[in-house]
Amino acid sequence: MAVRLQDEPFDPAALLAGFGKGPETGAVVSFSGVCRAEGGTLEALELEAYPGFTDREIGEMAEAARKRFDLHDLLIVHRTGRIAPGEAIVFVATAAAHRREAFEAADQLMDYLKSRAPFWKKAHGADGGRWIEPRLEDYEDAARWDAPQERPV
Amino acid sequence: MSRVLLFGRLRDLAGWRERQIEPSPRTLAELRARLAHEDKALGEALAHPSVRIAVDQQIAVGEVVLGEASEIAFMPPMSGG
Repeated sequence: MAVRLQDEPFDPAALLAGFGKGPETGAVVSFSGVCRAEGGTLEALELEAYPGFTDREIGEMAEAARKRFDLHDLLIVHRTGRIAPGEAIVFVATAAAHRREAFEAADQLMDYLKSRAPFWKKAHGADGGRWIEPRLEDYEDAARWDAPQERPV
Repeated sequence: MSRVLLFGRLRDLAGWRERQIEPSPRTLAELRARLAHEDKALGEALAHPSVRIAVDQQIAVGEVVLGEASEIAFMPPMSGG
């Protein structure tokens, strides 16, 4: 299991190529989030993290997902700094025995990363820059996973 | 000496991202007051309830005695990635 934050661009296909090779792994799911051009209005996204704090928070969420979904392996790579349209922002890959766990873990981790992970995001365009906060849908997506997991006995 | 970090729009508002404060403030309230004394707009922004605070990388709630704390971060609402 690994969580990486990096300023440098990465190639999701290359990350996936080496992932989830365990002998009992029957399902590998990956998601790549890519910076949209927004009709040509976006020059770059700027993502700020709090080194040490951001990686630890994401690491704790990743460990919780690993346990909850019984993952064999998990990889999260997230860009920071200035990101150009077309470049990958985030890569999440999950490996499990069966597809349901792998799909759900990747879905949950992305909902978390899009709404609650400690990043600050600024969109730079011709008219300057503006800070972005999560959309209501992002919070709602993340809240789907908050329901109690076990019924009281 | 304490290190103060600002993130997101707070950084833009203040015009700095990180600075050393000496002597170290004893409490969060004292730190806020000192920053507000220099920059009223920043002081108001830091006091907003949406701003979360981490002391030595642990989220702090309510009034906090800083003691030996070396790093205080002011974090506006997180945007997610």
